[in-house]
Amino acid sequence: MIRFESVSKRYPNEATDAVDQLSLHIRAGEICMLVGPSGCGKTTTMKMVNKLIEPTSGTIHIDGRNIDAVDTIKLRLNIGYIIQEIGLFPHMTVAENIATVPVELGWSKARISARIDELLELVDLDPRLYRQKKPRELSGGQKQRVGVARALAADPRIMLMDEPFGALDPITRAKMQDEFLKIQEKIRKTIVFVTHDIEEAMKMGDRIAVLKAGRMVQLGTPMEILAHPADPFVSELIGGRQALKMMNLIFCDRLMHEVAMVDRTQNADAARRLIAESGASRLILATNGVRERFYVDSQSLTQTQDDLGAAIRPIAGALRMRASAQDALSEMLRTGERFLFVEDDSHQVKGVVDLEDLFKRVSECEHADQA
Amino acid sequence: MQTRPEGRRDLSNLGKIAGFLAIGVLLTVYVVRSPQDSMVARLVSYRKILELLGQHLYIVGISSALAVLTAVPTGVFLTRPRLKLWAPRVVSLVNIGQTVPSLAIIALSVGLLGIGARTAIIAMWIYSLLPILHNTLVGIHEVDPAIIEAANGMGMQPGHVLMKVEVPLALAMILAGIRTAVTINIGSAILAAFVGGGGLGNLIIAGNNISRIQVLVLGAALPVLMALSTDAVFEMIEQRTKV
Repeated sequence: MIRFESVSKRYPNEATDAVDQLSLHIRAGEICMLVGPSGCGKTTTMKMVNKLIEPTSGTIHIDGRNIDAVDTIKLRLNIGYIIQEIGLFPHMTVAENIATVPVELGWSKARISARIDELLELVDLDPRLYRQKKPRELSGGQKQRVGVARALAADPRIMLMDEPFGALDPITRAKMQDEFLKIQEKIRKTIVFVTHDIEEAMKMGDRIAVLKAGRMVQLGTPMEILAHPADPFVSELIGGRQALKMMNLIFCDRLMHEVAMVDRTQNADAARRLIAESGASRLILATNGVRERFYVDSQSLTQTQDDLGAAIRPIAGALRMRASAQDALSEMLRTGERFLFVEDDSHQVKGVVDLEDLFKRVSECEHADQA
Repeated sequence: MQTRPEGRRDLSNLGKIAGFLAIGVLLTVYVVRSPQDSMVARLVSYRKILELLGQHLYIVGISSALAVLTAVPTGVFLTRPRLKLWAPRVVSLVNIGQTVPSLAIIALSVGLLGIGARTAIIAMWIYSLLPILHNTLVGIHEVDPAIIEAANGMGMQPGHVLMKVEVPLALAMILAGIRTAVTINIGSAILAAFVGGGGLGNLIIAGNNISRIQVLVLGAALPVLMALSTDAVFEMIEQRTKV
């Protein structure tokens, strides 16, 4: 999608290259994080994609076309651009801000207006309330949502994001990151995302390019970078406790094993047989095929001869599929149990995560490369 | 929430303007109705005062309009990357115009252009260039570079970046420059009387010649009141352009 081929940039009157022989292929539909300390060349790299900065040497191709051959304005109109909240035009309303690129493209008024409503709904702002507001009337998070809406206005396939959440407080930032990931699931843009925050890179990135003094020192998925930091610089950037951080990247839907159902009307022997067949040590209780929030396990079944009743235990709490391994461990430490249940979005209990699974999975990741 | 104090400020400015106008009208009526002697009576009439007022407004209006039409575009051009280097030179040139006393400029203009309203207008035009030019330069220069980069990065045409982003954001500053220039011009336009350009300065000269305090006060008070009301009008406009 976006291909850097030995791209270098040296600013006038500087002794070294801001970006030094960078070759990088950013794939369609992925979030590629450019991360590194200030002055590492990450912003320069990003700005070369929409020609805000011209490379000194090397070429950049988008969809196989050298961007030198593309008209600058046309190129930029097809690339969404988001910078920190200050990028909104303070003298324009939210609607006018979002309309910027469609107006440049010469869309009709009706089409622009419909698009503004659609985008505001996408970023969870009520069009009736927000269309006519000025940026100064918005909170930091709301400004950022408008920024995202503005960048998406003409449905570009590529988005460049320069520390978009940098000016937000930690709570709002985390919320905006989650929301943006949710939006990205729907829109599947190719995103170049600049940040100096490695935690943000780990959370948001499909892949991370770590830059140092204009050179790319490592490129890989968050898990690969955590498991095998390329050099001491990357290790230091990650800041130790890799295994704990990996647990943020492993989710319950991948950790859990499914649990079979046993109907209330069946007896203990049938349940014991089901347990033996499924290989798991627990069964979810069900009535007429609907899962209830009760379970039996091999241990509780020893307390009954025939009727299931005495073996039934309630499910106190369950984590969502999207909860991380860290959430799971924390929950186990809180409840003192060595296992916990996982439910889907409609609160149907689907499976169980055992402490042993969790241990195994994390140490696997430590030693293997895949998530 | 923000409209309320603005509305109240509008109201207070409208009150000010009405007050200044009322004082001007009352003062004029008083002098015309009860002149201190026949000399004053012969000099002052409603028609005469209206005529001088008209000339005064004409000189101020034309010279200010000329200054806006020349200084704002010049200022805008001087902020363009290619012309940026020229900005300090042009500003210092215009600065010279400002350091020479206004009376001297008018006197010098007579030498070149003869007497009449035209001379006064040109002298005042030169005189009011600086505040407008200066504020245009500063206003555009102070627009947050990140905002301009965002506009460029999104693919706005350079002309659109200027007209839709830079100039609107600099507008309050530019207007402040115009406000200064116009207010100064209303005062300086008195000097037009010395070169036969007419205006309320005529009353001051005449009042001085015949030593009649009524005429002097009227001639001095009307431009002051005009300047004060204009200032209030500009304040109202500035409130509206605030981002």
